[in-house]
Amino acid sequence: MNVNKTVRIASGQGFWGDWLEAPVRQVEGGDIDYLVLDYLAEVTMSILQKQRSRDPSRGYARDFVTTVERILPGIADRGVRVISNAGGVNPRACAEAVRAAADRAGLGSKIRIALVTGDDLLPGLDALVAGGEQLANMDTGRPLSDVRPSVRSANAYLGMMPVVEALDRGANIVITGRVTDTGLTLGPLVHEFGWAADDWDRIAAGTIAGHILECGAQSSGGNLLRDWRTVKRLDEVGFPIVVAEADGAFTVTKHPGTGGVVNVASVTEQLVYEMGDPKNYITPDGVADFSSIRLHQTGKNRVRVSGITGGPRTDFLKVSIAYAWGWKAIGSLVYSWPEAVDKAKAADRILRKRLKALGLDFDQILTELVGVNATHGRLSGEPDPEIAEVMLRVGVRSRDRDPVERFTREIAPLVLTGPPSVTGFAGGRPQVEEIVAYWPALMSRERIEPDVRVEMI
Amino acid sequence: MATTRVQLRLLAHARSGDKGDAANVGLIALEPEYYDLLCREVTAKRVARHFKGMVSGVDRYELPNLHALNFMLHGALDGGGTLSLKTDAQGKVYSTALLRMEIEVPRKVARRAKEAAA
Repeated sequence: MNVNKTVRIASGQGFWGDWLEAPVRQVEGGDIDYLVLDYLAEVTMSILQKQRSRDPSRGYARDFVTTVERILPGIADRGVRVISNAGGVNPRACAEAVRAAADRAGLGSKIRIALVTGDDLLPGLDALVAGGEQLANMDTGRPLSDVRPSVRSANAYLGMMPVVEALDRGANIVITGRVTDTGLTLGPLVHEFGWAADDWDRIAAGTIAGHILECGAQSSGGNLLRDWRTVKRLDEVGFPIVVAEADGAFTVTKHPGTGGVVNVASVTEQLVYEMGDPKNYITPDGVADFSSIRLHQTGKNRVRVSGITGGPRTDFLKVSIAYAWGWKAIGSLVYSWPEAVDKAKAADRILRKRLKALGLDFDQILTELVGVNATHGRLSGEPDPEIAEVMLRVGVRSRDRDPVERFTREIAPLVLTGPPSVTGFAGGRPQVEEIVAYWPALMSRERIEPDVRVEMI
Repeated sequence: MATTRVQLRLLAHARSGDKGDAANVGLIALEPEYYDLLCREVTAKRVARHFKGMVSGVDRYELPNLHALNFMLHGALDGGGTLSLKTDAQGKVYSTALLRMEIEVPRKVARRAKEAAA
């Protein structure tokens, strides 16, 4: 192995709904070896599951297919390899759609697509439970049997292993379901550098590289609080790129000429994002120690990350289960100066009395005054009495649909039957939304990993 | 030593996110020399008091290498994820809510922090 070899991994998407231009700009804006696109968050799987239950051909991030169409030349001619968990709860349909797109573009013979399956536990869920898997909720300790009839999806978080196998077999595009965000980046590093699966320090280093890339521009100037006014040209922000070395150290950077910034502050803010115990950042591939990370600004928009240590992986994989919980709706109205806050509060009191008089039963009714307390609650202090306007925002949730449906019809009447100077109701009645809640659990990896498959499509 | 009270926004920057029904806030010193001050003054107990009525419990972790503290704010999201009715259902701005907290610092630190902010 050439010890001076580096591998360039670019982030193209931080969540499903992120900037559509980013992956194209990453491929066209300079040299990269890999493009990783993370589409999945805890709530995303349940949304995708809802789509698949309505139409069996759906359940994946369809944006990914149009994105691939735009970057096909880069994949075919320049050898950029793409890794994504865009497959959601239906990775096969996603891979087939990408295959069809490549064939349509006349590049079918040049593009090898790998499909990773085995994370979907729903078909065999009853057998697992019958076989003694409690799948107890990690937060509450309750057994899955509490909610089994309402379960909509159940997916194990897979690590980097199937990604490595797909790349070893020559895939240009790797499409997975619930592979961890960090596994998408660690996979190509293990493939390129031949790191052993139990080389825990390097596994931890690749994992932290993945953590820095997984939220897209959030490590290159987007959503950066420190000195936010000094972050220039976010309209053409460069998404982050990791330039990795064989020993596990890496540099975070972005393409020349792009907007945003890569500095110690931007990388640190991303490192602490969604962090729990920093010494025990647990992934399917190992346990990373964030207290070992050393950051150094080595040039403009270049931060070197080194010193990372880690420990062995656990015997368990996390399982993400989504189940139908009930229903919710959120309605809003806007009240203007003068005495906007008092008017909004009066409207809220009237609304609550009417809901009570109707005998509607809710698990929760939440009132927020946007402009006053919606972001920081009581910490915002007393509002300015001369405030120009306030949005009254009332949310309800219930196990039953009917009371929520009835609630949606109680907002508009306040316009003519409540306090004055009210506007902002042009959007119509609030929508009733199903709540698909999240049930985190652990399961022995021995019961999951034998069924993980990589196939070339 | 003469001291005075300043808001954390003058001493730190922060980012927050969600983990189930908990929010985390990473609090990062604006200057490395503020880190010890943050460790001493921004205790889990004081943060719990700051967020009284808004969270059910607070854990704190130290990251001296990043000059950062990480706080887990349990029960911060009214159920979290899809269940929460809050505008901030995913805990994205608990970060700035923590920066409202005031701590006791030496006067010369306060002066320096205010100058830097200006």
